[in-house]
Amino acid sequence: MIEVKSLVKTFAGREEQVRAVNEVSFRVDEGRFYTLLGPSGCGKTTTLRCIAGLERPDAGEVEVAGDIVFSSSKGAFVPAYRRPIGMVFQSYAIWPHLTVFENVAFPLRVGKQRFGSQEIQSKVRKALELVEMGGLEDRMATQLSGGQQQRLALARALVREPKVLLLDEPLSNLDAKLRERMRVELRELQRRLRITTLYVTHDQIEALSMSNVIAVMSAGVIVQEGSPREIYMHPKTQFVAQFIGSTNQVVGRLRALRGDGCASVETDVGELSCGVANEVAVGSQVAVVIRPEDVVVHTKKPSGALNILEGKVATVMFLGEYLDCSIEIGARTLQAHQPRSLELRRGDPVWVELPPSQCLAMHERLPPGREA
Amino acid sequence: MSTIALSRTFRDSVPLLRDPALLVPLVGAGVLIYLAILPLFMLFLGSFEAEVAPREFVYTLKNYQAAYASQYTYSTFRNSLIFAAGSSALTFFFGAVLAWLVERTNTPLRIVFIPLAVVPLILPGVLEAIAWIFLLSPKFGYINMALMYLFGLESPPFNVFSLAGMIWVHSVGQVPLAFLMMVAAFKSMDPSLEESAMMSGASTWQTLRRVTLRLLMPTSASVLLILFVRTLESFETPALIGIPARIYVYTSEIYLAFSEYPPDYGRGAALAVGLLVLSAAGVWLYTRSTREGKRFETVTGKAFRPRQFDLGAWRWVGFVFLMVYFLIVVLLPFLVMLWASFLPFFATPSWDALQKLSFENYQYLFGFRPFRHAMWNSIILAVMSASVGMVLTSVIAWIVYKSRLPGSWMLDFLAFVPITVPGIVLGMALILLYVAFPLPIYGTIWVLLIAYVTRYIPYGMRSASGSILQIHSELEEAAGASGASWWQTFWRVTLPLLRPGFVAGWIYIFIVSFREFSTSVLLATGESRVLSILLFTMFEQGQVTVVAAIGILMILTLLAIVALFYKLSGRVGLQT
Repeated sequence: MIEVKSLVKTFAGREEQVRAVNEVSFRVDEGRFYTLLGPSGCGKTTTLRCIAGLERPDAGEVEVAGDIVFSSSKGAFVPAYRRPIGMVFQSYAIWPHLTVFENVAFPLRVGKQRFGSQEIQSKVRKALELVEMGGLEDRMATQLSGGQQQRLALARALVREPKVLLLDEPLSNLDAKLRERMRVELRELQRRLRITTLYVTHDQIEALSMSNVIAVMSAGVIVQEGSPREIYMHPKTQFVAQFIGSTNQVVGRLRALRGDGCASVETDVGELSCGVANEVAVGSQVAVVIRPEDVVVHTKKPSGALNILEGKVATVMFLGEYLDCSIEIGARTLQAHQPRSLELRRGDPVWVELPPSQCLAMHERLPPGREA
Repeated sequence: MSTIALSRTFRDSVPLLRDPALLVPLVGAGVLIYLAILPLFMLFLGSFEAEVAPREFVYTLKNYQAAYASQYTYSTFRNSLIFAAGSSALTFFFGAVLAWLVERTNTPLRIVFIPLAVVPLILPGVLEAIAWIFLLSPKFGYINMALMYLFGLESPPFNVFSLAGMIWVHSVGQVPLAFLMMVAAFKSMDPSLEESAMMSGASTWQTLRRVTLRLLMPTSASVLLILFVRTLESFETPALIGIPARIYVYTSEIYLAFSEYPPDYGRGAALAVGLLVLSAAGVWLYTRSTREGKRFETVTGKAFRPRQFDLGAWRWVGFVFLMVYFLIVVLLPFLVMLWASFLPFFATPSWDALQKLSFENYQYLFGFRPFRHAMWNSIILAVMSASVGMVLTSVIAWIVYKSRLPGSWMLDFLAFVPITVPGIVLGMALILLYVAFPLPIYGTIWVLLIAYVTRYIPYGMRSASGSILQIHSELEEAAGASGASWWQTFWRVTLPLLRPGFVAGWIYIFIVSFREFSTSVLLATGESRVLSILLFTMFEQGQVTVVAAIGILMILTLLAIVALFYKLSGRVGLQT
């Protein structure tokens, strides 16, 4: 129920204009959790603010809950305070001069719709209970902990029962344990309320765990859009592969491409069989990417498998859940995550298997913006 | 960041004029131009006009000739220079020594001294001058009488009605300002710079001379400069002491041009323009020098305590200095004022005088209509100018720092223009403006309100800007995202969060408006007289003890209203 078409937003940079949002188009279906994921400066927050009405885009069209709230061709612009949205800010933006109750009641007091004081009381109470903050109504907002303030911001955003919920990196100021908990709570809340949600973050774990759809952004464009699984397992560019999780990459030349999508790539560590991520021409330079957790390390040479490389263990780090090893193969180093039961030591000779189904060949250093 | 002005935006902007978020800055700019620029423009124009026949004006340079090529020009210039230079030097000396003793040495009881040193700020300049006349007048000044009695002198040792007297009186009023500025400078000195000098073998005295004083030079230069400019612009001391002593400075000449019959507006305006240019140059130099001074700034993120100089036995000398300063310079004027207010006529202290003490002056004042009227005017004007000034500057500060409108930096510049305008010049400019203008406010308190608000906008801006900058923009955006229109956001979120700065600014403007003299002296007439003018005229008429009583009542009223406002703002849920 959010539709964005060819959105453009430019800012005046030091020397020239910067296109913070460069022809971005996407659609969030009703009741779904859609995340804009990307590094700082990729334009995700600016896009969110354009949808909220806090920034005025330069071109394009934005539709929220069936109504056009911005259209450059029609010259329409609905200011933020008239859009049917609820928004949670990165800094929470809790008003320090008001109590918890008054913070949540604020949207009910100022909007076009007027509510009686009984109604306000019951709505505020309901909203606070939704975020498990019932009973704290009379506290001054400044007397809350970080986690409580975040929940207060959420209650305030939901009290009007808006059609759309916008969240701008709401968990970034919380400590790790609290963040883990809030991820689950937020997702459950969204599911229960079935509210269309647009979420902005740079944290890929948040994006992967909470979203129905992720749009990875870089330098003002959407580089890839898909479900968490798709984004993780089938990245279309090096950027996406490297931004989500970690990857190894080996560059080489595409020697052959079979009809069933299997390819053969000539690299300096040997010939690798792999799948292809996107359109690649035979003979072009490609990068083969594989995630560390998909790499299999054998202490004895395995037989019969493809993509077996011989190497030596360079470092081993015990991270509790798994072993983080780096293996030297020729002049290259590959990262591998291995179960902690595997006994490896520095200098051990090992055989590294790169299962072809987990390897993907893609254009080397494709500039972001060419794939969507 | 500001949005790019695409050509499309301008076409869009016409219907936007109905949006209050854009109307307000336009109105704000209009108001500032009306208040800050228009009077100066009229002043400039008026300096070139001369009345050749009733209501017939021609453009001429005659005014400038009369102002700067008359037989008095040299003596006025000389007096102004000596007055300003001597006063800034003396003030700086006191301020720096006191600040050094308090911040950088181990003088006993120095912490107590800080609030005491700042107390003279509530004493209006006119009262300060009158109190020192009581003390140092050659004919009946208490200090002179006491010294003559104690040492059997033939003639009074001090004469306040001299350039030296003017310098002294003006300096003691300015010392709190210099003190505070030098305290700030001392507080921000990094001790390791001096410690490394000592580790390199320098003695205490050598360190002081080669390191400490050198580090202080930029700040000292700018403090001296601002003191010089402020003295040049002041009129309280030149009016009460200079005029009776026939020592005329720049500001006295402007006043005299106005108060002669018929008033020579042309010459006054020409003089005022010259003073304005000098003042603007001084302020410009000051802002440049403080920027240069940043090079010597040694404040890092880490907190540190500046090194204390151990004065050894000499610290008792410092203590005595502080005590003597407080007793003679701060307390004595108060006491003499209080004493005189209970006397029917001015007399030296004696058993005879003690018996004559009474509340007669106060009783007289309560029935004295001009006093009640002037008190009412002063209070109303001070309250209104503080309120109007703070509301105006809050809106302007919001526009400058919060709205992302192009050109809002111009409002910031306009708001600080009045700081270069000496009080008496503003008075002159407003006379010229409203005599020509069809608005019939000349001679009423409304022109005084306009004058005070104009003068104190820069100070209000400083408080308002400080507060506005602390309001995170997301707090206002969250209000918008929650459904509040621009006006609802401003009223429910921005204004409440501005309160601490608003209160601080309000109190400051109230105090300085209540004390104001150099602008009021030209504008306040008859019905619109304020207390400082009443003091001036009654003192000139010789009713000195009644004047002392007025002075005491002024101080009490000032303290009462400030305390009341502070209390009231606390009750309305202010969270500081």
